[in-house]
This record gives sequence, C-alpha cells and structure tokens, in this order.
Amino acid sequence: MTSPATISSKLDFRTRGFDFASFAFTGVTGLATLFILLLLGIILANVVWHGWETFSWRFLTGGADQDMFDVRKAGVLPMVIGTALRVLLMTLVVLPVGVITAVYLTEYANSTALTTRIIRGAVNNLAGVPSIVFGLFGLGFFISFIGRGLDAGAAEPLWGKPAILWASLTLAVMTLPLVIVATEESLRAITPGLREASLALGATKLETILKIVLPEALPGILTGGILAVGRAGGEVAPILFTGAAYYMRDLPKAPTDQFMDLGYHVFILSTQSPDIEKTRPILFATVLALLLLTMSLNLVAILVRARVRRKMRAGH
Amino acid sequence: MPALTTFPVTLRRTAPVEDAGTPLIQCDGVNLHYGSAHALKNVALTLGERHVTAFIGPSGCGKSTLLRCFNRMNDLIDSVRLTGAIRIGGQDIYSPDVDVIELRKRIGMVFQKSNPFPKSIYENVAYGLRLHGMKSRADLDAAVERSLSGAALWDEVKDRLHASALGLSGGQQQRLCIARAIAIRPEILLMDEPASALDPIATAKIEELILELKRDFTIVIVTHNMQQAARISDHTAFFYLGQLIEFGPTTKIFTNPSQKQTEDYVTGRFG
Repeated sequence: MTSPATISSKLDFRTRGFDFASFAFTGVTGLATLFILLLLGIILANVVWHGWETFSWRFLTGGADQDMFDVRKAGVLPMVIGTALRVLLMTLVVLPVGVITAVYLTEYANSTALTTRIIRGAVNNLAGVPSIVFGLFGLGFFISFIGRGLDAGAAEPLWGKPAILWASLTLAVMTLPLVIVATEESLRAITPGLREASLALGATKLETILKIVLPEALPGILTGGILAVGRAGGEVAPILFTGAAYYMRDLPKAPTDQFMDLGYHVFILSTQSPDIEKTRPILFATVLALLLLTMSLNLVAILVRARVRRKMRAGH
Repeated sequence: MPALTTFPVTLRRTAPVEDAGTPLIQCDGVNLHYGSAHALKNVALTLGERHVTAFIGPSGCGKSTLLRCFNRMNDLIDSVRLTGAIRIGGQDIYSPDVDVIELRKRIGMVFQKSNPFPKSIYENVAYGLRLHGMKSRADLDAAVERSLSGAALWDEVKDRLHASALGLSGGQQQRLCIARAIAIRPEILLMDEPASALDPIATAKIEELILELKRDFTIVIVTHNMQQAARISDHTAFFYLGQLIEFGPTTKIFTNPSQKQTEDYVTGRFG
C-alpha cells in the first residue's frame, strides 16, 4: 500500500522545458497561411494599383466600338454583360444536371456496384481535365456535332458556329464535377434517420427526396454553385473556340450569338495591342472589372445561401 | 422456481392484460438473413390487438430487426432476405400485391434517435397528413392539435407551433415524433427503444403516454430497460441470438419464466 504522501512525492507538474517542436509547427502553419495571404494581397494590390486610374464609371459603362486600345475611349460594358450572361446560363444548366446526377449516385445507385464506382471515378477525372480540352470538346461536340446536326446542311449555319449557348454548355460540362461532388457530400451528410422517418410515414422515395432530402441539402448544393461560378468566371480556354468574340458591335440577343468576354479581352489586350505599354492601364482595369464581377456573382450566391440557412434554422 | 422479488409491478398505473386478445400481427416461421448473417431464426409469435408488447433481449438479438419487418423498413437494405410469413390483420404483408406505402401509412414508427424534420413543429406533424392528401388549413390545424395533445406535447408547444422543431429538448422531440406518427392515425405503433436517449423524467412521460395510447393503438416496443418493459407492456417477448426464447404475459415472463435463459436475463445475470 502506498500512503498519500508517497503519491504526492511522485507528482511533478513543473514544465520540462520549452517545447520547440510545437512552437516550430505552429510557426510553420502560420507562415504558410501568411504566405498565401501575402500572394493574394500582392496580386490584388498590383491590379488595383495599375488599373485604378483607368477604372471609372465611363470605362465600366462604355462600349468597345470606339477604340478598344485607347485609354480614353475603351469601355468594357459588353464584356461585363457577356461574361455575366455566360456564367448565368452555365449555372442554369449545371445546377439541375449536377444535382440530378448526385441524387442518382447517392439515393438510387447501389453504392458498392462497379458501375457506380466507375461513374464516380469518371466524375472525379472530369475535374482533372485541362480546360483547353473542354474548349476543344465544346467545338467538336456542341458546335460540329450538335450544332451542325441542327442546321442539317443549311447554307447559312445558325447553330453550327460559336455561340454563347455553346460556350455556356462547355463551361457547364467543365464545372459539373464541382456541383456533383458538393451535392453528393451534402446528401451524404443528411442523417439516414430523416429519410427513414419520412418513409415510415408512408412517403414514397420521390416524396422523401423532394420534400426532405433536397431542401436539407440546399445549402450544400448552393456551395457547389458558388464553386462553379468562381471557377467558370475567369476561364478563357473553354470559350475560346466555342463562343467568345474578338469584337462584336452588338450585345448578344439570341443564344446563337457570339459574345465579348472579360477574360478573353484581357488575353486580346495583352497579345493583340499595337502598343503594349499604352494599353497596359486598360489591361489592368479590365482585370479589375473581371475580379469585381466574379466577386459580386459569388456574393449573390453566398447571400442566397445565407438566406436559405436562416430560413431553415427558423423552421420553414 | 423462486419468485423474483425485484419485479417492479407496483410501478404500474394500469393492470397488464393477460389474455392473448384478438390476434393482429402473426409471424410464422420468419427467417431473416443480412447477407450471410442469420438474424432471425424461425420466429413464430402472435400479437394481440390493442396490446402493448415489449421485445427484450441483449443487443443484436434480432428484436429491432423483427420490429422493422412489420412496416417493411428492412426493404431499404439491399442484402436482406426474408422467408416465412408475417400477417397483419390476416394479410401477408410480404405478398407481391401489397403496397408498402399503404402498409406504412397504417403502421407508424418511432425511432430510437428522435428524428424530427428540420421544419417547424407544425410542419413536422402536418407532413404525413399532407402526404396523404389533407389540404384544408382548418383540417390540418385540428389534426395537428389533436396529435400534439395525444402525444402530451400540446401545452408545451402551442405558443410556438411555427418555431423550429430542432429547438425542442430531447424528450419533447421524441414526443413530437410520436405526434407525427399518430397524426396519420395508424392502427399499429412500432417503437424502437423510444426512451433510450432520454432522462428519467422524459422517459416517465413517454411511458405514461404509451399507456395512454394503448387505448387506440396496438403498440410494439423494443426496449433494453427491463423495468420499462415490466411497467408498460402486457406481453413480453424475449429474444436471444435471433431466436424467440419465450413469449407470454409480462407478469409471467418477469415473475415465473419457463426458460432458464429468460430468468437469467430478466434478473440481470447476463445480457
């Protein structure tokens, strides 16, 4: 038997000295984070610094029909509208298709079956395909195959040429994995108890998915949408051959029209300018416009999601 | 066999029904496999109308599995294979012409973990009613009030019917799930350890409620709590390793079981 006195003598709570490993690891993680923040800061500051002077209301609301390489006359409104339109069109396609696919994979498909695993692998691989490949795919599949097919040998091609519709569809194919994966994750996070409760009340599987599962997964689905918008907003390669135009006198009025795009315009300004030094302020101002547009599209999606979450917490 | 002095029969508020009653649920040679695991072995038992039947036994003995056969919740698991017959009201519920949706409408279920929908209290109760076609606001209001009163929850929530159900306490959530289940007026109520996650006060409320509900419903309850089974059930079935060891009036199972295994289990010598 040990007496209380001997136990006390065994206890020693004094520090064993400085824990260097913990300190170093905390430092490394902090420094890595700081490095990322610093990079982002430098990029943003550079864009704002060089673009600020040219970035004015006139620049934002002006057209490109005067002279797109002249600092005093150039405007980006058609590109802002074109970019916003193609992102919106893409969202309208990618959300339903992605959500339906995710619902099939999580709610209907046998999760251990070989086919399901192959589909899931295919989706993940789709996310790793370089965006220029999507551009070529869009040209080959949407324009040459579907578009030309719709034209059926008409003298003047209507569908079988680059268009905002095909560009948006190409972007939708590219961002599909983001929406599918985000939706699948949020569907899997729903406790099986909710589905069981609904089924036990005599709901069909469809009713359970529509009334219980999907409303519960909505914030996660919107997260997928936010990721898709963020990814697609600045992409140029997929729309290069499928819809973006060097110059358009008019805004796109039909889905078969081409459009001007902010990202593509940055590429034009940096490669096609007669005097690269003189057009540099326009270049930076255009990049600034693109950043602001992508941020505001994201902001809208984030606000919608916050609203949905608030409503869900309130119980409706 | 010596009388078991620990039987808490004095805690009962109503005397248990001892006779077999009118048969409602009949199991005949029920065998169930999960893949290669034999979960229910040749189970035969008959449950009476408006009785409370308790299923007891150690974890993994098959009592929950059998409970989930009654509303065919096991259909959701791909690897399940069932042979034998389960008849409810004389109809084989596994016959191909049975509509599972119709079956589940008539057989309510309350789960171990309370699972209210992330909707308002009102919408939780109205969900099943709406599914089955009730549209008028007045009808819904009346049915919601009736169900919440039936689950002894109305007085606690009547002023916040449109607040989220997730803001209720654990015991209230479980009573809400009972209200949701009885709202569509099933004949049978299946309860899978409904009070296992609740404190003694909330448990007492649920038990009181079960004795109350017995007047309208046939109740089958799975429980790990021996006292609970003794307090609320008319008949008790003891399962062990997928087999029905003994079934009979609760008083007999707890005071004078005919099987050694039953006696060992209810007296706490194993399990």
